[in-house]
Amino acid sequence: MSDTSSVGIVAPKTAHFNEPLQLKSGQVLSQYHLVYETYGELNADKSNAVMICHALSGHHHVAGKHSEDDKYPGWWDNLIGPGKPLDTNKFFVIGLNNLGGCHGSSGPLSTNPATDKTWGADFPIVTVEDWVNSQARLADYLGIKQLAAILGGSLGGMQALHWSISYPERIRHALVIASAPNLTAQNIAFNEVARQAIITDPDFYEGRYYDHGVLPRRGLRIARMLGHITYLSDDAMGEKFGRKLRDGKIKYSFDVEFEMESYLRYQGDKFAGDFDANTYLRMTRALDYFDPAAQTGGDLSAALSKATADFLVVSFTSDWRFSPARSRELVKALLENELSVSYAEVTADHGHDAFLMPDKHYHDIMRAYFAKIEV
Amino acid sequence: MGNLEKNIAINAENRADFDRIANWISPNAKVLDLGCGDGSLLTQLRKTHKIHGYGVEKDDSNWLKAMNNGVDVIQMDLESGLSGFEAQSFDVVILSQTLQAVLNTEAIIHEMLRVGREAIVTFPNFGYWRHRKQLMVGQMPVSKNLPYQWYDTPNVHLCTIKDFDEFCRKGNIVIEERLVLTDKEEVHFMPNLMGSLAMYRLRSK
Repeated sequence: MSDTSSVGIVAPKTAHFNEPLQLKSGQVLSQYHLVYETYGELNADKSNAVMICHALSGHHHVAGKHSEDDKYPGWWDNLIGPGKPLDTNKFFVIGLNNLGGCHGSSGPLSTNPATDKTWGADFPIVTVEDWVNSQARLADYLGIKQLAAILGGSLGGMQALHWSISYPERIRHALVIASAPNLTAQNIAFNEVARQAIITDPDFYEGRYYDHGVLPRRGLRIARMLGHITYLSDDAMGEKFGRKLRDGKIKYSFDVEFEMESYLRYQGDKFAGDFDANTYLRMTRALDYFDPAAQTGGDLSAALSKATADFLVVSFTSDWRFSPARSRELVKALLENELSVSYAEVTADHGHDAFLMPDKHYHDIMRAYFAKIEV
Repeated sequence: MGNLEKNIAINAENRADFDRIANWISPNAKVLDLGCGDGSLLTQLRKTHKIHGYGVEKDDSNWLKAMNNGVDVIQMDLESGLSGFEAQSFDVVILSQTLQAVLNTEAIIHEMLRVGREAIVTFPNFGYWRHRKQLMVGQMPVSKNLPYQWYDTPNVHLCTIKDFDEFCRKGNIVIEERLVLTDKEEVHFMPNLMGSLAMYRLRSK
């Protein structure tokens, strides 16, 4: 590849685990596998590893391309690579697909070892805590005792935060981007509408759609359309689409007339073809359930009392799904624990999606923070 | 002067008040610096006093400079208060040469005394004779400590030492110590006239 700031052509790997994983729900995964990618080189004392936790629809393919012909690189390629803010000349970066995912790790699409059939709807409901436990095992598998940093945005930020509580001795830095210490009622409500769209799709068959040779596309599509509306800000939508008409005039129909509709339908269709509905249900549930302060009577500061990592917390002004106010709650709790924490509130008009955008100031922040991490 | 020169001028003067501020800080203190700029005060205090400090800074580019200087920095607007900080959670809260640019002056001083056991406030003395002289001639004062023209100044609440003394008295704020400087030297004779920079160490009654 000619692009010297790209990690280049990468290939996913798979780690198999035979030690049972106790899940928070009470169920046990007797064996499972995680698909992952790595970029950069692990140094001799294994002190330069950074793990990336993905959000709702993310996966292990974080940077680079799988082949020269790939149209798009990994989902956080603008941040990760040689000379980029998360510099792979310095760091060994690990991306993985979480349990319950649909991109290769054990999940609804993989085979249940007990029955030799596809898990489908029987795959357990997994939580952020379960993911973090499985991620720690992946670090073990790679021979890494302590991560230089754990990094995640949105649902990924929740995982990064939970690492600091579950495995304080195993991370030195936690970067929690566009995230929250739990979901608000409004956020749970959005997730429930998305789930209902899927569950009430006649092609859902209680999650056993694979057996019927169909996919609940309509439900997934609506779930994604709803998601997209909430990830963008009103201003960003207005700027991008406004009231623009696709054919220049109103046609008095229910076809696509506004550009906004065209965009939403495109995003919905694309997603419905790529993503598994059972995974979507599980990812949204993991979001809903995450609430570390529930263990300490709602006291987030007490929930973080075991944390020792240094923190970077970043929020975006136009993000109304994971608003700056929620990040400030987290920062307050970290300050109460006298932890090292920096907090940036980035002026951005892309809403929640801003954390994936290559905004200069945002990337300068990430670059400055990663530069100060000693390896 | 361009803005760059102004900033350099202010920073140079800051260093004078930095040394004096340092004299008021106990070793290992927990310090909050409001409007921390590039974080140089905290960096200095960490070296000399092994303090545990955080900076608060609104401006993006200053925030980045502070981060690059290794300071823990929280981005927020002082005008919205210090609700992100617990009561009495800091030994000292510092507001260095920023008071005059704050809109909610009264609120911020009381917030500082809520969050900190002590507050250190420094500001340019508007009653300094050079300022008075310029007013006598009929113009708004422009000086080393007030390097702005009336139309481009961020300073909205300029005051004199006498004004601030009275403000503290009315607000039930105890002045533990007051220091007045001109050209880095302490001024004891007619400070409200002869002093260009005022420094206060405050606590609640």
